[in-house]
Amino acid sequence: MSGTFVGMPAFPKAAHEAVHDTTLRGNLRHATHMIRGKREKAVAEVSDWAELREAGKQIKDHTLRHLDRYLVQLEESVTAAGGTVHWAADADEANEIVAQLVKMTGESEVVKVKSMATQEIGLNEALEAEGIRAYETDLAELIVQLGKDRPSHILVPAIHRNRGEIRDIFRNEMSEWGRPAPEGLTDTPAELAEAARLHLREKFLRAKVGISGANFMVAETGTLVVVESEGNGRMCLTLPETLISVVGIEKIVPTWQDLEVFLQTLPRSSTAERMNPYTSTWTGTTDADGPQNFHLVLLDNGRTDTLADEVGRQALRCIRCSACLNVCPVYERAGGHAYGSVYPGPIGAILSPQLRGVTSEIDASLPYASSLCGACYEVCPVAIDIPEVLVHLRERVVQGGQVTSNGNKVVLKPAKGHAAERAAMRAARWAFSHPGALRTGQLLASRTRRLHPRTLPGPGKAWSGTRDLPAVPAEPFRDWWQRTQGGKGGTK
Amino acid sequence: MSSRERILGRVRRALADVPPEQMPYEQAVPRDYLREHGERSVEQTVDLLAENLADYRAIVHRCTPADLAATIAGMLAARGAKTVLVPPGLESEWLAATDAERVADRAESTPDELDRIDSVVTACAVAVAETGTIVLDGSPDQGRRRITLVPDHHICVVRVPEQVVSSVPQALERLDPVRPLTWISGPSATSDIELDRVEGVHGPRTLEVVLVGD
Repeated sequence: MSGTFVGMPAFPKAAHEAVHDTTLRGNLRHATHMIRGKREKAVAEVSDWAELREAGKQIKDHTLRHLDRYLVQLEESVTAAGGTVHWAADADEANEIVAQLVKMTGESEVVKVKSMATQEIGLNEALEAEGIRAYETDLAELIVQLGKDRPSHILVPAIHRNRGEIRDIFRNEMSEWGRPAPEGLTDTPAELAEAARLHLREKFLRAKVGISGANFMVAETGTLVVVESEGNGRMCLTLPETLISVVGIEKIVPTWQDLEVFLQTLPRSSTAERMNPYTSTWTGTTDADGPQNFHLVLLDNGRTDTLADEVGRQALRCIRCSACLNVCPVYERAGGHAYGSVYPGPIGAILSPQLRGVTSEIDASLPYASSLCGACYEVCPVAIDIPEVLVHLRERVVQGGQVTSNGNKVVLKPAKGHAAERAAMRAARWAFSHPGALRTGQLLASRTRRLHPRTLPGPGKAWSGTRDLPAVPAEPFRDWWQRTQGGKGGTK
Repeated sequence: MSSRERILGRVRRALADVPPEQMPYEQAVPRDYLREHGERSVEQTVDLLAENLADYRAIVHRCTPADLAATIAGMLAARGAKTVLVPPGLESEWLAATDAERVADRAESTPDELDRIDSVVTACAVAVAETGTIVLDGSPDQGRRRITLVPDHHICVVRVPEQVVSSVPQALERLDPVRPLTWISGPSATSDIELDRVEGVHGPRTLEVVLVGD
């Protein structure tokens, strides 16, 4: 498996292959079912969950509505606290900024805290091309990196791997990257965690440059927040001399007080804990404590395009908890790789096509990677109506229309694959507005019902491949109604 | 045009549909949620802290101020700690009874040096009962962030009940965002293997919390 998402096939094809992988399905079923029950318990502990959810939604919406103001305020407060702020319109620019900053330190390796933003922009690959080696230090990211694999979950990128597979990856690959796995390593989670501790320790202790993302940025104080479990985050945030944080512009909250909402909803939604083991907050630099050089790279990369969509912009409220992945019946069966993006699952199905546009095959197929059951909306701690955005994006794919791409308004053509659907809808519209034709058609359909095929030919084949065609009754309803005077003359 | 101007311009154009006279921040966000969950006496709040700390595998001890030095000495001895890292402003009486060698944290101490020290003893800034969390803010009795990270054994002293709050909202009110904060809820852990929590990864694998009060 290659470590990139470029050139991924459309969701139906990738998912079709994934559902035949019984190990993958077993791993996903085991993990998602376990976390579902635990999350429910953790949420039930707080009686004001609905109010916290509403407050979280409103804080994020308010921030997005005034994002320009809060970005400028954040820049001022981070700068005043001793940090340096950089702005990156897209992935290439962000990668270039980070590579330059690392080169200026004279270092050729960096340690990384798990970060969705740097995954999204492909930072590790970009640094590699510049001769800089980036070590992932989150356990799951390490498993993915050592296995030359791709992440398949927002919180636990290696969720598709079970303990036996992880042991094999550690045994075979750790020596390539540094300290080899201990002799006789078994597959107990505690031993695997210990192996990761030993492998990464020397890297932490010698690291001069750390790279992170952030869960939140507080505009009024310039404070960044990283929420984690293992302590690898603390290592990367405090031991190096230089810290570079790459953060999406939507991660802002206006005030310090706002954290009281998210520090309650995020841990319970993601790992189902009252509180995650470690949360670090820092404001610029602190004398003699932690990195003395702090750089914040503010990343757009499609976020302002998403913001321009009145329905779709709610996706920017996302705090990356991954609760929607864990409850999704489609994610549970198809796995994260089928989504062709670092953002899999329901949130990925609305985020990726907005950040990247719906022009590629995979992105045009993602709004359909859902049964619209709504479980994702129910668990979302910031109340993103994912089904609403999915339907909205389906409309965009089928009908085209005006969208914003790289800051420019463009008119999107309807997607090719949906020509038959549009023709069928046009025909239906015509038939329903011509009662005579509709009646003739219905009669004809009734008379020929024995001859109807079980699947549709031609372009309709894919549609009927997974659905039964409705059986046509012997007599159309309108004829029955006329003949029986609306049922008064008996039901026969 | 700089990227800063480009991004800010894009944000403004993206928000063209948002009517200009919007509610100010104070009114836009309903704060109908609770300041704390449930009603408890001060003693019950301290008990809840102890319970939740233990639930996430921190080892909890309770003692009076008079017994604190002996309690800490006992914990270090039980661990077999030969060296103990001391933040600059730690009350010296706390370590009056231990035989472990005291190592002062110096600005020039390297991570490798810290890695060779057995234990660290600190105070804390605040503790949160509902979540079983202790928060360090880098005050002189807690020291730099790295000293509670690299050694494998952390003893944290919480003065009860005065340093204990019920909830996350109450904790944030007490904390200064300018200081670098570390919120600690149990020892280092991971959920990365099959989404099940396992203790003991990069941070201190043993966290002992002493609740000290009369």
